[in-house]
Amino acid sequence: MKFLDEYRDGDLAQQLAREIHRVTTRPWNIMEVCGGQTHAIVKFGIDEVLPQQITLIHGPGCPVCVTPLEMIDKALDIAARPNVIFTSFGDMLRVPGSTTDLLSVKAKGGDVRMVYSPLDAVKLAEQNPTREVVFFGVGFETTAPATAMAVFQAARIGLKNFSMLISHVLVPPAIEALMASLNCRVQAFLAAGHVCAIMGYEEYPPLAAKYRVPIVVTGFEPLDILQGILMCVQQLESGRAEVENQYSRAVRRAGNQPAQELVGQVFKIVPRKWRGVGEIPASGLGLKANYAAFDAELKFGVADRHVDEPADCLSGLVLQGQIKPHECPAFGTRCTPEHPLGATMVSSEGACAAYYRYRRHN
Amino acid sequence: MEINPACPLPIQRYPHVLLAHGGGGKLMHQLLEYVFGPAFSNPILDTRHDSAQFTVPPPGRVALTTDSYVVRPLFFPGGDIGSMAVHGTVNDLAMSGARPLYLSCAFIIEEGLPMETLWRIVGSMRDAAQRCGVQIITGDTKVVDKGKGDGLYINTTGIGAIEHSLTIAPQTVQPGDAVIISGDLGRHGMAIMTVREGLQFESTIESDSAPVHKSVLQLIEEGISVHCLRDLTRGGLASALNEIAEAAGVKIAVEQKAIPVREDVHAACEMLGLDPLQVANEGRFVAFVAPKDAERALQILRNQEVSAQAVLIGRVVENAAPLVTIKSAIGASRILDMPSGEQLPRIC
Repeated sequence: MKFLDEYRDGDLAQQLAREIHRVTTRPWNIMEVCGGQTHAIVKFGIDEVLPQQITLIHGPGCPVCVTPLEMIDKALDIAARPNVIFTSFGDMLRVPGSTTDLLSVKAKGGDVRMVYSPLDAVKLAEQNPTREVVFFGVGFETTAPATAMAVFQAARIGLKNFSMLISHVLVPPAIEALMASLNCRVQAFLAAGHVCAIMGYEEYPPLAAKYRVPIVVTGFEPLDILQGILMCVQQLESGRAEVENQYSRAVRRAGNQPAQELVGQVFKIVPRKWRGVGEIPASGLGLKANYAAFDAELKFGVADRHVDEPADCLSGLVLQGQIKPHECPAFGTRCTPEHPLGATMVSSEGACAAYYRYRRHN
Repeated sequence: MEINPACPLPIQRYPHVLLAHGGGGKLMHQLLEYVFGPAFSNPILDTRHDSAQFTVPPPGRVALTTDSYVVRPLFFPGGDIGSMAVHGTVNDLAMSGARPLYLSCAFIIEEGLPMETLWRIVGSMRDAAQRCGVQIITGDTKVVDKGKGDGLYINTTGIGAIEHSLTIAPQTVQPGDAVIISGDLGRHGMAIMTVREGLQFESTIESDSAPVHKSVLQLIEEGISVHCLRDLTRGGLASALNEIAEAAGVKIAVEQKAIPVREDVHAACEMLGLDPLQVANEGRFVAFVAPKDAERALQILRNQEVSAQAVLIGRVVENAAPLVTIKSAIGASRILDMPSGEQLPRIC
């Protein structure tokens, strides 16, 4: 397939792997931030072609996985109410809350629908004026513009029966929180290419300088990831800590400015809880006061709910890169995609799901 | 007999199916008389008895299978629920190496279904049955209250004659066996998903729904040592291979690069975060054959239109803990797992 097969070429991958072997002289820990990259690494077996000295640490960049338990519980509460049409992206539907998940709410009679775009939810609200349509706005900077556009459109046409349960999170504060933690082993980052396609990468040079870490904006195909790793290792080996852009076919330094403006118009930066990690200051997006009418937490009175996370799910440590998924005692036994303890085992981008799906035999 | 595209006259007075059409009275009689009867007409059905009577040709070994079809929408690019209900059951028979002979056919119709829709679907079933060389010899109609069904469900049961003496089953699979698939993967699932969810791509992806029994019978006729066959319906290739590995107690290794996936299907899957190897097909099967016969099996399959793109995708490696592995495009090996529940498109 055009624009895809070129980046999955086996011979070129081997060439890049050989070059990484050539330049690596010492052990290095590199974190890929995005869950999409984690899946590509495990699916294509990228870590198997790397030198043993290089350890890839799987980062927190899976929006489904970091959505806190209490937010899932709020979604389940709202979705179970009569007269509500609860809409969500597909991979949120199976994520377990404290007692159930959205697919089970649907099975019990809740009107839960999968949509491909937040604008589909706006359309549903227009078509069903007597019902409350709620969209579960989850994701990183990548999906924030689409969510913002939906709120903007709903406001423009004066929809009263549309609201959003917002759980948007931001990548740079998460990187900062990881680097600031005492037991951080990460020495370089592959930054998430799609996030940077929207936001650019001007936020990263101060982080690279402050923590002396190379940050390479990286794509999602095998050759992208191998090249990103090579660029990280070259910096590490030569003692540099700079921001570089491997994914230049999609990412500009300043990002997509109209998208950023729209996000800025609708959202403000708020503290946000991350599942398994805890609250990170200034790490999320919330609706601005003039869009508060679209805030489902206020509309349905669920804003004050707090839920503790189960102790036997170690997804927090997985998301911080402190353990590998298979090092969790529950992995593959008490926790499987059919009976997940945490979101990392459910989401198509979750590290535990990737290991379960592709690596169980090791 | 060509079926008239317009609804027969007495039926025209009822533009929609009523509860009474399943009630056993005059309206139901009309439905049988003017819709099902003429479309499926054959000597066995035409006796209009409570059960169909027939003899099977010697040696008298038969295969029996049943399947229910609940696809939505009823019409999709490349097929409809009617043709699919015939092809699907014919293909299930073919997976035993059986020659499909007869089908039964039960309709569960939701009150209010446009009569014209039923008429079109019955016509499509008739055409499909004719193409497959099978006869529909008994049937049933029920009408359920509006809102209690999804337009139309169809169940078909099929009987086929087994004329060979092979044991076509997972237990016959042996280390060294060649793993062959009959064509490109993922078309049916993506055709349905793009229509159901209103996704628009530049080209229309058409379902691969088709009968495959001729390809299978040809393999057997030419003396190929066929060890196991499985159609690649729900769960796709990934499920079929895992089921066989599990039942046979073997390790199967396949190569990603060898598996054909059409560009538009590949693109749609990439966009939605789905794996084409886990997506449903309705006209594809996997064959495990003795290694000595692999090349000839490929040639035979490629001579049939429905399996013209048949390819060798891997081998049975050893008797071992059940496992399916796939060699990725960059040469590393990983598990090819069974999908967990329904495939759900991802966020980003």
